[in-house]
Amino acid sequence: MTVAAEKPLTAAIRSDGEVLGLREYEQTGGYQALKKALGEMTPQSVQEEVKKSGLRGRGGAGFPTGMKWSFVPVGPDAPRPRYVIANADEMEPGTFKDRYLMEGNPHQLIEGLILAGYAIQADVAFIFIRGEYKLAQERLAKAIAEAYAAGHLGKNILRSAFSLEMILHVSAGRYMCGEETGLLNALEGKRANPRSKPPFPPVAGVWGKPTIINNVETLVNVPHIIAKGFAWYQGLSRSRDPGTKIYGASGKVKRPGLWELPMGTPLGEILEEHAGGMRDGLKFRGVLPGGASTDFLVQEHLGVPMDFLEVQKAGSRLGTGTMIVLDDHTCPVGMVSNLIQFFAQESCGWCTPCWSGLNWAKQILAAMEEGRGKSGDLEKLQFQTKFLAPGNTFCALAPGAAEPLQSALKYFRDDFERHIREQRCPWRA
Amino acid sequence: MLTAEERQEIEAELAHYPTREAVCIDAMKIVQRHRGWVSDESIRDIAELLEMSAADLDGVATFYNLIFRKPVGRHVIMVCNSVSCWIMGYERIREHLTARLGIEFGETSPDGRFTLLPIVCLGACDHAPAMLVDNELHVDLDPERIDRVLEECK
Repeated sequence: MTVAAEKPLTAAIRSDGEVLGLREYEQTGGYQALKKALGEMTPQSVQEEVKKSGLRGRGGAGFPTGMKWSFVPVGPDAPRPRYVIANADEMEPGTFKDRYLMEGNPHQLIEGLILAGYAIQADVAFIFIRGEYKLAQERLAKAIAEAYAAGHLGKNILRSAFSLEMILHVSAGRYMCGEETGLLNALEGKRANPRSKPPFPPVAGVWGKPTIINNVETLVNVPHIIAKGFAWYQGLSRSRDPGTKIYGASGKVKRPGLWELPMGTPLGEILEEHAGGMRDGLKFRGVLPGGASTDFLVQEHLGVPMDFLEVQKAGSRLGTGTMIVLDDHTCPVGMVSNLIQFFAQESCGWCTPCWSGLNWAKQILAAMEEGRGKSGDLEKLQFQTKFLAPGNTFCALAPGAAEPLQSALKYFRDDFERHIREQRCPWRA
Repeated sequence: MLTAEERQEIEAELAHYPTREAVCIDAMKIVQRHRGWVSDESIRDIAELLEMSAADLDGVATFYNLIFRKPVGRHVIMVCNSVSCWIMGYERIREHLTARLGIEFGETSPDGRFTLLPIVCLGACDHAPAMLVDNELHVDLDPERIDRVLEECK
């Protein structure tokens, strides 16, 4: 790419780590989309614009955003109140993009959430944020107060007929709260166990009322789509999935970080040009392309464009788009052991394949790392990946956990076998 | 018994939610902010105020890892043990902290100064390894940096 690509989501974010206040956000075009929507567009046409843009959810599952909104029942008999929720419970290991977006430009999220609220004619908006994100909480709380004072929230927003209250809800931990229906239970003051679907949240969500839940990065796209139109938005991309994507890399690359790039930027280009390649003396062995619950990709996949379909064709998922890189001085069995330990710990205990299967897999992997691997362990782990597969549990935690495990067994099988054969972890002195 | 201040803060939250139960996690956090942790007595008091059973509330309390059901030290250290930090040297960080403080995960130092806990990914993966001390984020950790942070904690 020779032309400097547009970065609508991050161009305004300051490099010194300071936050954009209301006035600075407005100077970058902030709240123009809200003025346009409330002044010239019906809720239906806001939905249509987002649907035509092709925006897909950035929280991991990639569901089309406009379509999700369209599931909310409308008309005079439709249930009220309606809720719209920003899922700011970023806790997918290796994922750090939403924190950056909220700390750098909280008003951009607030505007996106108001627009989503307008599109479904919501009454109340929540930002459900994890308890550990203290700086983001402080900045959002201040920004919400500024937005109320400016007439962007509350009764008759910008003197229109639309009213919306916005509440910052600070959570108290647990990965399960980021799962859509677990989040609903957490908001109701319950344990964050998943709910049976259907009914889906747009029909019966929090307190049984229609509820839309969108990821932070998804929502910050909305003001730009409304301000500049779906055709402009589609032109930002290098692939069939439109827009830009916030990609990230962590692990032993030269320059770990986040970059807003055209959707569909190839994996290898992100790792080489943006992350600077591997640290000196280290070789690339593999990567989890979109957080902990995605399948490993390896050398042969470096040309894969990072969009929803192409990453899926390569056998993994775009997920959150923030990659975790495995180098040749790091033990792949140890890495998978760490991941499965996380998922076993964060399992809420609701479904047997999840709490039982993950704890079993965790014990096998830990024993292998400690030099107590047994013949037959790999077959047991392989069995667990089937047991944890989609359809056996209420939510996606267990199937997500199976992804790095099953792909590691495929790509790093020699390393697993060597642990058992040598009765030790070859990476430990 | 809840203090007047605690009760007032909890009741202010009720305005935002359609049920009393919805406020229960916030209520426990309010009490924890004042007292450092949530005792059995506080569980009973909050449950009564919110018209829940104490058993139901304890079920919620024990689900959420940021609600402390045991007393903690004056400073709570939470060390990220998720994958990016693990790759970037989490084990060395943990060893340094446990040796320096003389306690393991889940323990409080005998002088009541520190409690050491593991925590899931803190979203600071580009600056791993990372930890929280009293909810403040510290990144790019090495033993020297940890020592400097600990010295600040009286």
